[in-house]
Amino acid sequence: MSSFHHDIEAAIPALRRYGRALTRDAETADDLVQDTLVRALRSEHLFHGGDVRSWLYTILTNLNRNRLRSLARRPMLTPIEDNDAPSAGPEAGGRDIERALALLVDEQRTALLLVVLEGLTYREVAEVQGVPIGTVMSRLARARVQIKTYLDGERPALRRIK
Amino acid sequence: MIDRNTSVTEDELHVYVDGELPADRRQAVETWLANHPDDAARVAAWRAQAESIRARYGATIHESVPDHLILSRIMRSRRSWGTVAAAAALVAFVIGGVAGWMARGASAAAPSAVALFTTDAIEAHKLYIGEVRHPIEVKAEEDHLLPWLSRRVGTTLRAPDLGAFGLKLLGGRLLPGVSGPAALFMYEGPSGERFTIYCSRLDASRTAFRYDGSDNFGAVHWIEGRYGWVVSGPKDKDKLKAVASAAYDQLEKRTPPPSQGAAGQLMSRRGS
Repeated sequence: MSSFHHDIEAAIPALRRYGRALTRDAETADDLVQDTLVRALRSEHLFHGGDVRSWLYTILTNLNRNRLRSLARRPMLTPIEDNDAPSAGPEAGGRDIERALALLVDEQRTALLLVVLEGLTYREVAEVQGVPIGTVMSRLARARVQIKTYLDGERPALRRIK
Repeated sequence: MIDRNTSVTEDELHVYVDGELPADRRQAVETWLANHPDDAARVAAWRAQAESIRARYGATIHESVPDHLILSRIMRSRRSWGTVAAAAALVAFVIGGVAGWMARGASAAAPSAVALFTTDAIEAHKLYIGEVRHPIEVKAEEDHLLPWLSRRVGTTLRAPDLGAFGLKLLGGRLLPGVSGPAALFMYEGPSGERFTIYCSRLDASRTAFRYDGSDNFGAVHWIEGRYGWVVSGPKDKDKLKAVASAAYDQLEKRTPPPSQGAAGQLMSRRGS
């Protein structure tokens, strides 16, 4: 295995994590990761150095955007994220953040997750999303405002205790 | 100067939370936060959000990677797809375990379920053949098209090679069906005419070919091995039946497709 393949392989767990948070669905996430890997392998000749990990994030981000567009064209399928279970118990906090993420515009969710979950720098996120750093920052800011509004309004009983 | 050092913008607060603040601004921001409780609360909320996100999804990274995401397997399967394509021109899909299409006189299925099923298929056909840029969801060239649809529909799918009719497989998509996910494969002919093959689970009795015609479209459907199939296209009963027969033959008998031209075309697409 070449170092290119090693780098790809090393990134798979993180890609799964990113995909899981992006889609809030394990199976969909793994489909995206698989597509990402297939595409990366096929495009090996197009990769001229740089950070393999960022490149993989870019592919996955684009595939997810395509996926959302195709979902939008199919009104018969309702999104799965409204699969409401009673909000209580230790999982409730996790579901809150999950719903809050679901409410975000895709670009904002992507920017936020790449920064806080995947630890990318603003510059790397700007490259992944193909936009200036200022745009990344405004996406982050809007995402954070939206999540805060949602969490504050939705679940006053579970406001942070600390 | 003191002003510039002590006044902190919202952007800077984000930069601070995300650990990208230059060291020489850190003290200024911290001082600012100590004197601006509203901003301090916002920063705390953003940090808590990040913490929740990491708590919710962070553990994914420790899960063992499922088989279909192991890189060496994907590399192997890419190679074998190429080989199979080269050898047998497998643009085509076959439902595993389809029994013979001998049951031409088998009892008719419950008409309502089958009628719903064929209506779905024809509606999907009408809806998607009109799409110029997005007739399909996953292109025929994508290695995962068939594995993905197979997994979702619940049986091993292949897509018949209809090169003998001048029809090229564009790709496929997943749709909601009457009794589960449905696969739709789209083909395009030389003059832009489009045919689709629709497949989904259907608990109904086996049938022979049935033809349904509407204003501009026709469809031939059959049911075999608890799966229903619908071939839709322009309203031309004879051609539709011929296409359906060819599809059926490949699905059922797993005969290699007749057109070597299509095989070559596929090979070159998948090659490289």
